[in-house]
Amino acid sequence: MEKTQQRNLVLILARELAANSATPMFVVDPDGTLVFFNEPAEQVLGRTFAETGALGPDEWGAMFSPLGTDGKPIPIDQLPLTKAMRDLQPGHLEMTITGMDEERRKIAVTAFPLFARANEFVGAVAIFWEANPPG
Amino acid sequence: MRARVWGCRGSLASPGPETVRYGGNTSCVEVRLSDGTLIVLDAGTGIRPFGLSIDPERDKTIHLFLSHLHLDHLEGLGFFGALWRPDVDLHIWGPPSPLRSLEQRIARYLSPPLFPVHLSDIPSHPKFHDVPDGEFPLGSAIIRAQPISHRGPTVGYRLMEGGRSIAYLPDHEPALGVDLNEMEPEWISGHGVAEGADVLFHDAQYTPAEYDARIGWGHSSVEHVVSFGLLSGVKQLVMFHHDPLHTDPELESLLARATDLWGGNDSGPVLAHEGMEIELVPDAAVEQLQTRLQQ
Repeated sequence: MEKTQQRNLVLILARELAANSATPMFVVDPDGTLVFFNEPAEQVLGRTFAETGALGPDEWGAMFSPLGTDGKPIPIDQLPLTKAMRDLQPGHLEMTITGMDEERRKIAVTAFPLFARANEFVGAVAIFWEANPPG
Repeated sequence: MRARVWGCRGSLASPGPETVRYGGNTSCVEVRLSDGTLIVLDAGTGIRPFGLSIDPERDKTIHLFLSHLHLDHLEGLGFFGALWRPDVDLHIWGPPSPLRSLEQRIARYLSPPLFPVHLSDIPSHPKFHDVPDGEFPLGSAIIRAQPISHRGPTVGYRLMEGGRSIAYLPDHEPALGVDLNEMEPEWISGHGVAEGADVLFHDAQYTPAEYDARIGWGHSSVEHVVSFGLLSGVKQLVMFHHDPLHTDPELESLLARATDLWGGNDSGPVLAHEGMEIELVPDAAVEQLQTRLQQ
């Protein structure tokens, strides 16, 4: 008896890459749901994936209160991950976020779409770096 | 639906006295559907003796499904008798690639200097098809193909007929970078092909120590294949793609370990061997339903 809808292999491999990488990473599915973030990302975000579980695009986009280099809030539709999903193009931005532990952190984010076969969009990955990591 | 194993060795053909019980030919499994449709899974060296068994009067249409194009799954193709019969309608299915067609990729092997005759001069003039990502009908069966974790484009196949199913994942590394027992099934490569299958032919190439030295090579240890089989809820696990260096007694040692790990869950794992036959009788309830739907 079959019950499970398996994820696309490219998304599975992206999650495996994130799970084994020391670089903080987000993985979102084609619907924009944040389906995984890794342990290094947990340190930056201030919460574990086990605690949050999967998050919808409205949830993860707003919960970090991203501010641009000018100090103004960044609309969700201008975030690199949104660009990767909407325009199917890579995006990059520097910003300040407030983690779920209430700590403010300056980070740089690069996001890119994932394709399987020729043009099948299967999700996106965001990689981010803390600009001034705690020493 | 009836399956017969003509080759179950991985990586390299390995004939000799150490491998007589399980065989030295590389991957090839014949599947005959109830309506007579002939399907062949992979073209390792086992396809040569299989080709000799074909009735030329009966089998004029053949569907060859390649899991991927590594040589141990392709090297027998040039020696498959049906390839040289102009009266055969030979369909070759395989994983798509974003760069070259299936025909172009196979022609790199079936052409000089690696092979004496160019693919375009082969009498059967095979027809090449990228397998669709999903399900499609073939004869009296439904075929499901999905990309799976291995080096290079690779697909696993599920053949479904009369409520019964055979899953074929001869080269597969679902445990790459993860602990299978901690993953939700939807995040496990190959689960969509194998879940609930009556029979699963699956890569079981390595001991745990061998796997640790070959992580990322695209294969499974005995622990991985048992975990994958249990998580997928398969009824019969057939350990496949035996390492060319493993002798018959070593394979039986792997089977003993797999049997321990499997526990009392349904029928235990078995080792694929040349000549192994598996017949799946249609599920009576499904057959009755299909009959009613056709009326």
